[in-house]
Amino acid sequence: MAPGPVEAALRARRDAGGKSLVVYVTGGLGDDWTDTLRAVADAGADAVEVGIPFSDPVMDGPTIQAANDRALASGATPAGILDGLRGLDAGAPLAVMTYYNIAFRMGLERFAASLADAGVSGCILPDLPLEETGPWAEAADAAGVETILLAAPTGEDDRLRRVCERSRGFVYGVGLLGVTGVRDELAASASVIAARLKQVTDLPVLVGVGVGTPAQAVEASAAGDGVVVGSAVVQRMVDGAGPAGVAELVAGFRAALDVG
Amino acid sequence: MGLADPTPDGRFGQFGGRYVPETLVPACEGLEAAFREAWADPAFRTDLDDLLRDYAGRPSPLTECANLSEELGCRLLLKREDLNHTGSHKINNVLGQALLAQRMGKTRLVAETGAGQHGVATATAAALLDMECCVYMGEVDIHRQELNVFRMRLLGAEVRSALSGSRTLKDAVNEAMRDWVATVEGSHYCLGSVMGPHPYPWMVRTFHEVLGREAREQSEALLGAPPDVVTACVGGGSNAIGIFSGFVDADTELVGVEPAGGAAVGRGVPGVVHGMESYLMQDEFGQVLEAESISAGLDYPGVGPEHSYLAASGRARYEAVTDAEVVEAFQLLSRTEGIIPALEPAHALAWVSRARGELAGRSVLLNLSGRGDKDVAQMMEVLRPAEGGGEA
Ligand SMILES: Cc1ncc(COP(=O)(O)O)c(C=O)c1O
Repeated sequence: MAPGPVEAALRARRDAGGKSLVVYVTGGLGDDWTDTLRAVADAGADAVEVGIPFSDPVMDGPTIQAANDRALASGATPAGILDGLRGLDAGAPLAVMTYYNIAFRMGLERFAASLADAGVSGCILPDLPLEETGPWAEAADAAGVETILLAAPTGEDDRLRRVCERSRGFVYGVGLLGVTGVRDELAASASVIAARLKQVTDLPVLVGVGVGTPAQAVEASAAGDGVVVGSAVVQRMVDGAGPAGVAELVAGFRAALDVG
Repeated sequence: MGLADPTPDGRFGQFGGRYVPETLVPACEGLEAAFREAWADPAFRTDLDDLLRDYAGRPSPLTECANLSEELGCRLLLKREDLNHTGSHKINNVLGQALLAQRMGKTRLVAETGAGQHGVATATAAALLDMECCVYMGEVDIHRQELNVFRMRLLGAEVRSALSGSRTLKDAVNEAMRDWVATVEGSHYCLGSVMGPHPYPWMVRTFHEVLGREAREQSEALLGAPPDVVTACVGGGSNAIGIFSGFVDADTELVGVEPAGGAAVGRGVPGVVHGMESYLMQDEFGQVLEAESISAGLDYPGVGPEHSYLAASGRARYEAVTDAEVVEAFQLLSRTEGIIPALEPAHALAWVSRARGELAGRSVLLNLSGRGDKDVAQMMEVLRPAEGGGEA
C-alpha cells in the first residue's frame, strides 16, 4: 500500500535529513482557528493535528482540557469542525485527534468517510488501544484514512512491534507516563521510547506528550524522527496570541529542529 | 450457577471491552492475570474471607420489615449492607482489591468517589494495610458529602478535588484515570464499581458476589424459596450486580433502579467512555451528558457493561425514580422501620413504593446498600422548608 499524505510528508522530511514537527491545534477554539491552522503549516509544521473536542479527554492535562471545554461551550461540533477543514488549503496534511466515542457515535464508517470528505488524511484516537482498534482501522483503511497509533513506555518490545505494524502515517511515541501538558524538563523516557520504536519499525517515529519547548523538541527528536507539540501551542491560542502569535511559536520550534 | 464470565476480551455480549490509553494496557493485563491467580489461591481467599468476617462484619443480616410490608402490601426484606464496617457494600470490593494490590507489590491506592462511600472504604483499607491513598472527588460532591471527606482525611487519605466538567463522579473517574496513567508503576487504581476497562467489571462483581450468596441462603431460609423480586439501586451497578448474582438462576425478577437524572439504561444509547462500551447518556455528537441526581453516588451518566447486557438480554429490567420520590422513601424507611437509608438505596425503595400495586402479595428483597448518616446534613437542607411550612 502506498503511504498516505501524512506518512509521505514525514518521510520526505526524514529523507532530506531533517526532523519532523507535527503541531496540535484545538478545533473550534476561537473564530480564527482555521487561520491559526494555516499559519502553523506556513510556519513549518510538517502535518497538523486538529483536535475535535470531547467532554471527557482522559489523555489530556489541564491546558487541552480547558481549550476543549471552551471550544465546546462556544458550540464546536465534530461536523462543524470538519466543515471548517473542508476546502481549506492548509499547505500540510491534516490528522484529526479525538476520542473514540466521537467516531463511535457517528458510526465508524460514516466518521471515516467524513474525514476523507473533509480532506483529512489521518486520525488519532488516544483511548483506542491496539486490541480495540480493529473495527475502526478497517473503516479507516477503506476510506483511505491513516490510523496513527500511540506506543507507550509501558509496552514490551513485542507490543511496540505490533503497534508499529498496525500504525499508519507515523507511530506516536508517548514521551512520558502521564497526560498531555508542558513540563519543566523532558522526561528521560522520551528518548528511550523513540530509540525502542526505531528498533522495530521503519515508519516515522515521533515523540509527543511532554514536549513543550524548542530545546525539548531537539532533545526528544535526537533518537527518533521528530516531535508532536500540543499543549504549548494550545496555551498560546488560549492566551489569545492569534494566528501570527502562534505561528511565531511554531517557527521557533522549526528553527531549533533545523539547527538540531 | 451465577452470572456468566465475560469473553477473554472482557465483553458481556457487545458491552465491555478495554478502551484505555496504550499506557494502561499492560497494567490492565497484569491486573487481570494477578486477579485470576489470586482468586485461584486458597490462601488469598482465606485472607479475604477473614477480613470480611472479622473486620467488615460479614455476613450482613437480612431484615424482614414487618411495619413497612404492611403499609406497602408486599413482603419486604432488606439485605443489610448498611451494617458493614464503613457503612456500605463498597468495603467488599475494596478489601479484595487492596489485598490484591498489596500482593502485586503496589504501595499506593488511587480511587474515585461520588458519595464518598467508596473513598472512605478505600481510605480504610489503605490505613489497615499501610498503603498510601489518594481519592478524587468532584468539587460538587465534596460539598454535599462533607462528612465523608472528613472521614477520608481522618483515615489518612489525600482527597483531591476534580474541577473539570460537571464536577461530580464522572469527572472524578477522569481524574483518577489521569493519575493512574502517570503513576501506573507503583499505584493500583481501586475502581469503585462494576465499570471501567476489563477486568474491573468482572473483578468487582466477583468481590461483591459474597452478598448475593448470603442473601440467597438467608432469603430461602426465611421464605422457603427465593424471593419473587430482587431490587437494588444502580449507579455504576456494583451493589445491584452483587445481589443479582445470587438470583440470576432463580425464577426471580431482577429490577435495577436508576435516578431519573442519571438513567443510563433507561435513556442512554451505546457509547464508549471510561474504558468500556455500555449504555451512556450522551448527545447526538457523542459528548457525554452531565447526570443530575440528588444522590452523589448515582450521579453518573454511564453504567457498568454487564447491566447493559442484562437489560439488552431482558434478564433484568431497569426503572427510574425522581429525586422527590427518593426523598419520600428516605423518610418512609426511617419512620416505619427505624432504619435511615443512604439516598442511593432509597431509590430502590422509591420504586417499590411506587410499584406497590404490581408487587402486592409478593416477596421483595431490596439491597440496602448503605446507611444514611452521610446524607443527613443534606436532607436537613432539603426538608427544612417543608417543616417550616407548618406540616400538621
Ligand atoms: C450506599 C451506596 N449505594 C450505591 C452506590 C452506587 O454504586 P453502585 O451502583 O456501584 O452500587 C453508592 C455509591 O457511592 C453508595 O454509596
